[in-house]
Amino acid sequence: MYLIRRFEEMAEESYVRGLTHGTMHLSVGQEASAVGICMDLSNADYITSTHRGHGHCIGKGADVKFMFAEFFGKEEGYCAGRGGSMHIADPSTGNLGANGIVGGGLPLATGAALAIKQRKGKDVAVCFFGDGASNEGAFHESLNFAAVWKLPVIFVCENNQYGMSVSTERSMAVKDVATRAVAYSMPGVIVDGNSVADVNEAMMTAAERARNGEGPSLIECKTYRTKGHSRSDRNRYRSKEEIETWKAKDPIPMFETELEAHGVASRSEIEALQADVEKEIQAAFEFATAGTNPTPDSLLRGVTTTGDIELGAST
Amino acid sequence: MSEVRELSFSAAIQEALAQAMEADERVFLMGEDIGVYGGAFQVTGDLVHRFGEDRVRDTPIAELGGAGIAVGAAVAGARPVYEFQFSDFALLASEQIINQAAKMRFMLGGKVSVPVVFRMPCGSGTGAAAQHSQSLEAMFGHVPGLKVVEASTPEDAKGLLLAAIEDPDPVLVFEHKLLYKVKGHVPAEMYRTPIGKAVVRRPGKDATVVALGIMVSKSLEAAEILAGEGIDIEVIDLRSIRPIDTATIFESVKKTTRLACVYEGVKTLGIGAEISALVAESEAFDYLDAPILRLGGAESPIPYSPILEKAAVPQTDGIVAALRDLVKGRT
Repeated sequence: MYLIRRFEEMAEESYVRGLTHGTMHLSVGQEASAVGICMDLSNADYITSTHRGHGHCIGKGADVKFMFAEFFGKEEGYCAGRGGSMHIADPSTGNLGANGIVGGGLPLATGAALAIKQRKGKDVAVCFFGDGASNEGAFHESLNFAAVWKLPVIFVCENNQYGMSVSTERSMAVKDVATRAVAYSMPGVIVDGNSVADVNEAMMTAAERARNGEGPSLIECKTYRTKGHSRSDRNRYRSKEEIETWKAKDPIPMFETELEAHGVASRSEIEALQADVEKEIQAAFEFATAGTNPTPDSLLRGVTTTGDIELGAST
Repeated sequence: MSEVRELSFSAAIQEALAQAMEADERVFLMGEDIGVYGGAFQVTGDLVHRFGEDRVRDTPIAELGGAGIAVGAAVAGARPVYEFQFSDFALLASEQIINQAAKMRFMLGGKVSVPVVFRMPCGSGTGAAAQHSQSLEAMFGHVPGLKVVEASTPEDAKGLLLAAIEDPDPVLVFEHKLLYKVKGHVPAEMYRTPIGKAVVRRPGKDATVVALGIMVSKSLEAAEILAGEGIDIEVIDLRSIRPIDTATIFESVKKTTRLACVYEGVKTLGIGAEISALVAESEAFDYLDAPILRLGGAESPIPYSPILEKAAVPQTDGIVAALRDLVKGRT
């Protein structure tokens, strides 16, 4: 969680310094759901992520140096500089990618689960999505498919309470996204999305159900993004008080307190870990800064597989 | 060479699906009413009885979800073939086809492949009117990352589909509904018709016709009629819209010095516009002895009335008249 936090803070800083192009969507305050969901998954388990996907990518095992390289548009980046923040992905860890389309990953994760079922595998597919995506048709179609076909997929809603600027109160006829699971005859649970332990416990139950062939589940993680929607956000739709209330529920200090209270880690151990993260971030930043820029003649690489063969590009 | 063996266009497609499923256990079918019903046009027929419900999957009526699930399954190692009941319904799934399937490999730096096939029954002539009769090849052909093909014969219907299933990229296979019952020679073995290659169906010296799908047989009919008048038409079956086989077209135009494009999709911003532009930009332009002719669909939705429906797309007599004018104008 600390690595995700520091990665995003550094990413934001590099944006301000003009090193990063385009926009980015920070998940500061939402790290617990990414880590709590991904911590027990293997590389053979799939995830699909969202436009707010840096945490999912790191949680699934990506190396931050290749993520920074992607942000800086370098060939060394996970997507060779073709995707950027909004399409960040490391397929080698089972991450099928962040998505620029709200709800875009829902059918994809459901399809990955179908592929697992077709080959009689025991792996699972996890679909991260937001409260906003649960209003898209893709959400309803995917949950119906997954339930009818009993697919090994776990739908993880990170409900940060705003679809860009519009609150869930103003955009949803039900209070909780989990309620919608009832319509598709699957378990729908609500957890404190800022508690990594609570998220993980719900995930273990859902993953066991999926691996046993009992079908999909929906987990709704109640959380909050303490930063704006994207770089253009002027925070006109929520109060400072509301943001401060949620900052007080920051998942990272909360987890640190838990670790200390249960004697799992001492303050000095936590500080040592933070120092390691700091070094990793610095080294990753330097690696990415020294990366190779793509050449214009490589533009068509990756458009199609057969095209790549014609271009003689290695993939 | 195998002996002549006649199959209908739809039976040829069904044979391709069966052979692909027998050869590769990753291949499976998805679509609305493709199981015991046999498909809206009876293309999948009784495949569900041969391969079971896990490999011939009836889906809910949910094209966005269904097509997207096929895309996700493809990325995760399966080889799905998704049947749209009518290609018009692919518009419901255009998010997953255009934003996801077409771009995924590129966006992810070439690290994944998306070997999904969408079967796209298209075209007018069935009285199904505006929302069940479109020819949307050019619209999907506009998207880098997709491959778009369309057969005019049962032989190619089988070969192109087998090539599409084995292709590592997303392929949209358009099938003109009026061709389903047309019979022709189909080899029994598994063979592939290469994607991206046009074929000369009738050699000629006076003008080149580049036609697609059902317009190939109409153009061949027109060419036979004109042969009686001493006009010798070369007919090219385009077969692949993306990628497009410019070499075959340019070579033909250089020989005949006249070009007509015949297609059922709406004329404006369509396949004919692209072929005309490609020729105009190429060395073949210098060989042209007449303006390029486009015969495409009318600037209207497909109407219900059979009289109007015929008027909305090129018909053989219209092709004959237009080609006669094209050739007789030669100096």
